Amino acid sequence: MQTVKMVVTGPFNSGKTAFIQSVSEIDVVSTERKISSEEERIKETTTVAMDFGRITVDDDLVLYLFGTPGQKRFDFMWEILSEGMLGFVVMVDSARPETFREARGILQTFRAYAPTPYVVAANKQDMDDAWEVDDLRIALKLDPKVKMLPCVAMDKETVKSVLLELLYSILEEMKEE
Amino acid sequence: MALKGNLRDFSVTQLLNLINLARKTGTLTLEGPDAIAWVSFREGKLIYAQIGNEDGSLTGILTKAGKISPKQAKVIRTHATEKSDKELGLLLINAGYLSQQDILASLREYILNIVYQLFTWVEGLFRFDADVLPPDESITIRLDLENIIMEGTRHLQEYEMLKEEIPNLEMGLTFVERPGANIRDVQLTVEEWKVVSYINPKNTIRQIAKANKMNELDIRRVVYGLLQAGLVEIIRPEGMPLPPQAQKLPPVDTKQQTSLVNKLIDRIRSL
Repeated sequence: MQTVKMVVTGPFNSGKTAFIQSVSEIDVVSTERKISSEEERIKETTTVAMDFGRITVDDDLVLYLFGTPGQKRFDFMWEILSEGMLGFVVMVDSARPETFREARGILQTFRAYAPTPYVVAANKQDMDDAWEVDDLRIALKLDPKVKMLPCVAMDKETVKSVLLELLYSILEEMKEE
Repeated sequence: MALKGNLRDFSVTQLLNLINLARKTGTLTLEGPDAIAWVSFREGKLIYAQIGNEDGSLTGILTKAGKISPKQAKVIRTHATEKSDKELGLLLINAGYLSQQDILASLREYILNIVYQLFTWVEGLFRFDADVLPPDESITIRLDLENIIMEGTRHLQEYEMLKEEIPNLEMGLTFVERPGANIRDVQLTVEEWKVVSYINPKNTIRQIAKANKMNELDIRRVVYGLLQAGLVEIIRPEGMPLPPQAQKLPPVDTKQQTSLVNKLIDRIRSL
């Protein structure tokens, strides 16, 4: 049995757990804990080690989706999670500009860990105050070549399209090599 | 006994506050990771500062401030080798080359630049030697520490923000290849042009700073401005090895990998 892994990363409360939950065939194995820090108490729980979802391709191949912990004090997990990944998705909460800088920092950190393909998911596009994808691209100073996709983590179709775009990028890179 | 310790335990801000409140007279020596600095005080007022091998002579300070040209500095150095800074200062004022105000403003700027840099030092040792002061022939000034502490703290905040934006000075810079992003159309300061002239995928940001005699705060400030304007981008310099964790995975059978990715694509499409 061969297993491959893709990582879903992004700042705190950017929607990583929901993203994995939307496409995982198992209930996401989550390591969520009640939030202790007052300033981060915008949701009840957060991921402290990793989320873990699975998509079985066939008898010989399984894709695992790993979600990184969003809170900065757990960033020691990132390097471990990024090892051997096929590619990664950076989730950005389109409605919280105060997290954009952090998202950019996470993106740069992951690129340093492994030069694998990645895409950026502009999550929460269904919210009224969500930034448009083009504006987000400028705010995140993303190269025009980097794929940035609108996403609503609870909507399976948009999650699928993000994962597909990442896989297409992986294929393109293989062709270049 | 000298007051001494570690900057990790007692920060520069705390030290200056102590010197101010206790109205201390003497010289504070700071040994950072890359340089040594000396800052002198009289009754709690900042009077003098010197850092590493920087030319802290009056001629060097006036050249740096643009009050005299490097050519004039050379002439002064040749003809006034025996003169102290005080004597040289008087000579320049009497000859009508500079006013007292020019000299004091240049000194003030030079000293403050050093002290503001020190706020960013978080590693290193310090020692305060009471009653040790710069030589009599040096020109000293007298500045209140309260404002310097306030301004230094602002510099520190700016430095921290810039460090977050540009964490690694070992990276290189390259011009952005974007239609409309022409550096020639932008109005740059002298400092910015100096940096721009060294932008080359082979040069690290640290090397550019060194070539321009800029400190970490100043180079980060200029690079940040250029990045924000979308004129340059950070790249890994040519020849720089990837960090160990970023090494590419061992070569795999591309055909097999392609088939695997295609299988994943089909599966996700079918979800």
